[in-house]
Amino acid sequence: MNEDEIRAVLLRILQEMVPQEDVAKLKPNVRIRDQIDLDSMDFVNFLVAVDEQLGVETPEKDYPKLATLDRCIAYFRSRLATKK
Amino acid sequence: MPILGADMKAGTLTEWRKQVGDRIARSEIIAEIETDKADVEVECFLSGVVEQLLVEPGDTVPVGTPLAIIRVKGEAAAARAPAPAPPAPAPAIPSAARRPTAPPAAPGARLRVSPSARQLAEQLGVDLTAVAGTGPDGRIMRRDIESAAAARVAPAKPAEEALDRQARMRQAIAAAMSRSAREIPHFHVTLDIDLSRTMNWLTRHNKARSLKERVLYVAPLIKAVSFALREFPELNATWEQDRVVLKPTIHVGVAVSIRGGGLVAPALHETDRQSLDELMDNFRDLVQRARAWKLRSSELSDPTITVTSLGEEGADAVLGLVYPPQVGLVGFGRMRQRPWSAGKRIVTRPTITASLSADHRVIDGHRGSLFLAAVDRLLQEPAKL
Repeated sequence: MNEDEIRAVLLRILQEMVPQEDVAKLKPNVRIRDQIDLDSMDFVNFLVAVDEQLGVETPEKDYPKLATLDRCIAYFRSRLATKK
Repeated sequence: MPILGADMKAGTLTEWRKQVGDRIARSEIIAEIETDKADVEVECFLSGVVEQLLVEPGDTVPVGTPLAIIRVKGEAAAARAPAPAPPAPAPAIPSAARRPTAPPAAPGARLRVSPSARQLAEQLGVDLTAVAGTGPDGRIMRRDIESAAAARVAPAKPAEEALDRQARMRQAIAAAMSRSAREIPHFHVTLDIDLSRTMNWLTRHNKARSLKERVLYVAPLIKAVSFALREFPELNATWEQDRVVLKPTIHVGVAVSIRGGGLVAPALHETDRQSLDELMDNFRDLVQRARAWKLRSSELSDPTITVTSLGEEGADAVLGLVYPPQVGLVGFGRMRQRPWSAGKRIVTRPTITASLSADHRVIDGHRGSLFLAAVDRLLQEPAKL
């Protein structure tokens, strides 16, 4: 899965969670939670959905690596590469 | 129509889940109603047989209006039923509250109109004699008035109807918070709490758990408040008719923000008796349903205190308004790393500012500050929560 495909999956999940926002406008290098209203439970739900769609379960210690969209894409890309 | 909060004046019955003749157990869902804050599943407070449904789907009635008559076991059926022995019927609700489903109609002469349809007709200026009823026996229902009004040049609808749901929620919050500010002499106390023990314990607790099973730190916060309430029962209470009413069980209302604005604080029941895992599961479920506007009547009517937690973003502390008739609101600001004095050293610790907003008619600042100290003490021993 390439970067664009991962980005599409992540944005689709986020869009379902916050239908009132336009996630296509997210700045990739700014904290996601500074741009859209997500609480800690939303964040966990986001990770659950990512796990269901990409098969990557994120350990709690890695949460800080997922602050921005770019960092999320890099993280999940690297996890998917290690899975192979 | 149950009262599901200080701000609720009326509710709209949207669906009956039980029909006349059905058996129903206590706590089983009998109906769905719509309030300004949620679609609510109404739990029955009796076990028995549904004898009569008094309100039609679509009708809006004031709180306190009987919705149905339940015959409890051992009671005779109402007089119209072919009961073998005819002792005086003992209705489950006061007999004064009984009323027929429709006004008694003289043959062919009088209009059969539901009360809310009549009210709506007056509001919209619809001539009832020109409306064809689609209810039982030609009874005129709200929907008939709405159709009749829509079929002609519509007059301006009442402003209330034009408001969308979120705006109505805003109005409900405005009413409750205005009442709170007007009636409750508030005081506030705050305390900074070192959360490192709790967070370390949670890290260990969550390590082997799947994403869905992990406990967020809000669960130990709610549990610590619940245990502290056992020591400070005057905060697990309501203020009613100029006196404090202590509540025997601890039902923590948790403030849930609604996307796009608004707030609801449904109850987690008996929070002092739940494990942290149970509490987390129930909290997760409650938040999801609150945001989908799907709550149960007991969740809206039962809170004995409210907890609001700002999570990981935003302000350092929250000094809220008590939700009447409750007497206390516990607030937690965002968790943040900051310098902390540990013995002779300055270290960095995850900390949180806890606050108590309380009704001064019930409790004083000294007891309030001791309550927060108890919450702090409990959070230093997370394994016992």
